Amino acid sequence: MSAASPLPGQSRRGESILIGLAVGLTLLFIAAPLAFIFARAFSRGWEVYAANILHPMTLHAIWLTTITALIVVPLNVAFGIAAAWAVAKHRFPGRGILVTIIEIPFSISPIIAGICYLLLYGRQGLLGPWLQANDLQVMFALPGIVLVTMFVTAPFVAREVLPLMQAQGSEQEQAAVTLGANGWQIFTRVTLPNIKWALLYGAVLCTARAVGEFGGVSVVSGNIRGQTNTLPLHVELLFNDLNAVGAFAAASTLTLIAVVALVTKAALEGRKGT
Amino acid sequence: MTAIDASPGAPHGAPIRAKRVLPGFTLSLGTTLLYLTLIVLIPVIALILKGAEMGPERFWRIVTSARAVAAFQITLTAAVIATIFNALYGLLMAWVLVRYEFPGKRILDALMDVPFALPTAVAGLSLTALFSANGWFGAILHPAGIPVVYTIWGIALAMAFTSVPFVVRTVQPVLEDMDPALEQAAVTLGARPWTIFTRVVFPAILPAWLAGCTTAFARSLGEFGAIVFIAGNLPFRTEIAALLAFIRLEEFDYNGAAAIALVLLAFALVLLLVSNLLQFWASRYREASR
Repeated sequence: MSAASPLPGQSRRGESILIGLAVGLTLLFIAAPLAFIFARAFSRGWEVYAANILHPMTLHAIWLTTITALIVVPLNVAFGIAAAWAVAKHRFPGRGILVTIIEIPFSISPIIAGICYLLLYGRQGLLGPWLQANDLQVMFALPGIVLVTMFVTAPFVAREVLPLMQAQGSEQEQAAVTLGANGWQIFTRVTLPNIKWALLYGAVLCTARAVGEFGGVSVVSGNIRGQTNTLPLHVELLFNDLNAVGAFAAASTLTLIAVVALVTKAALEGRKGT
Repeated sequence: MTAIDASPGAPHGAPIRAKRVLPGFTLSLGTTLLYLTLIVLIPVIALILKGAEMGPERFWRIVTSARAVAAFQITLTAAVIATIFNALYGLLMAWVLVRYEFPGKRILDALMDVPFALPTAVAGLSLTALFSANGWFGAILHPAGIPVVYTIWGIALAMAFTSVPFVVRTVQPVLEDMDPALEQAAVTLGARPWTIFTRVVFPAILPAWLAGCTTAFARSLGEFGAIVFIAGNLPFRTEIAALLAFIRLEEFDYNGAAAIALVLLAFALVLLLVSNLLQFWASRYREASR
């Protein structure tokens, strides 16, 4: 920062007050809820915590959430790369509209996404009769959970990779074409090294969002205990069962994933552009 | 959605349209359109079709029923409160993080992303316990006669928490990019710090700030996970619109759910448009002030 220039707010007292206010509010408003999760999860000691985590229902919820993320994140990475490649490296009519459509899931409430899916695949939905005739179960089962999570996370990788690809232009790729490289070689040897950090960051964000999805999944999963109960839904279930320590123990695993995402972001900061 | 341009990497016409030289156009655009159509567009169209099927009269009756109106009012009021808080808090955080150096600044910066990374259900659970009578904050606020949990303030709190990053992260880059010469000129002309902020700095960040507030507001209107824990969900008192739609689904009243969801969808799309226009304005402003 330009420390020498007499910018406003450079009076020492004003600066101290503003910093104090910012730190104080953030500690109360953001750090406290984060710390409280672990404080409550471990409030009855390690043994109770371990027993809560190792409860079969909790383990099943962890497994279901993991499976969902393992399906959704790779698909989202592929989609993000495809969308970024199409929009950043080529000119075609409707590019602006395409970018807006990619952003849509970001501004639509997950609950609405869930309702959309129910109206499409549910028993009374548009495809309901056909699905039933063919004995396919989408709603209240894994496919529904995966689909709605794909909706909610759709923009996550694309919005990290796309701006970077646009900023980098395509001179390097053009040069590779001139030198006779094929599409796959251009992508893996030229483009991918340029975007790898942004791609990793997008994938981490997508993972955090996928494992934490609540609203949309709660519409399409039917909350069947031990069957379609993902980890965030399990947190709510334990909370409604008045098992607060259990709810916080389950929540702490999700919080750990969030913390990993934040640390990854901090570590990648400044590297993304390289 | 089959209108995929059929003349991509193919050599014909390539020398003129230099941007088309790179291969993989059909594959990447095809994948993108297929994914978006199957995952995003068709489900949203299913909702819109459901709305069309029920007809305007029925739609209007559902969304103007007393319970729905109350739910919309509660949602809007709480979202306004949350957005006003974030407008001020986000501006303060962006300013402090860009303009000052102090120990722990990087941690403070990282904490701004917590509400995005933390699952909303976990945030809701933690805030509820924190502000209930035996929580860290509730133990102080409850005896003082300020109940937060199961009130509209609790809803606003959950909305504010989940939408914190929007204002900070849109204002921050604009502040970073500002040319210090503008402010130095104002100092030379004898302006006081507050005058410089209101007359020089604030106008420059205004479009970005408004765009951030708009997305924060949109996010608050649609928030669900964090709120269901803290709101208590009493009809006419602390029942938000998204929850009412959810309840209608559980009652198998698909029309009721679809009608409320359509109103929320319309709000979301209008706010997305407003935010995009503001961002466009902001980018023009940034270029002009360089």
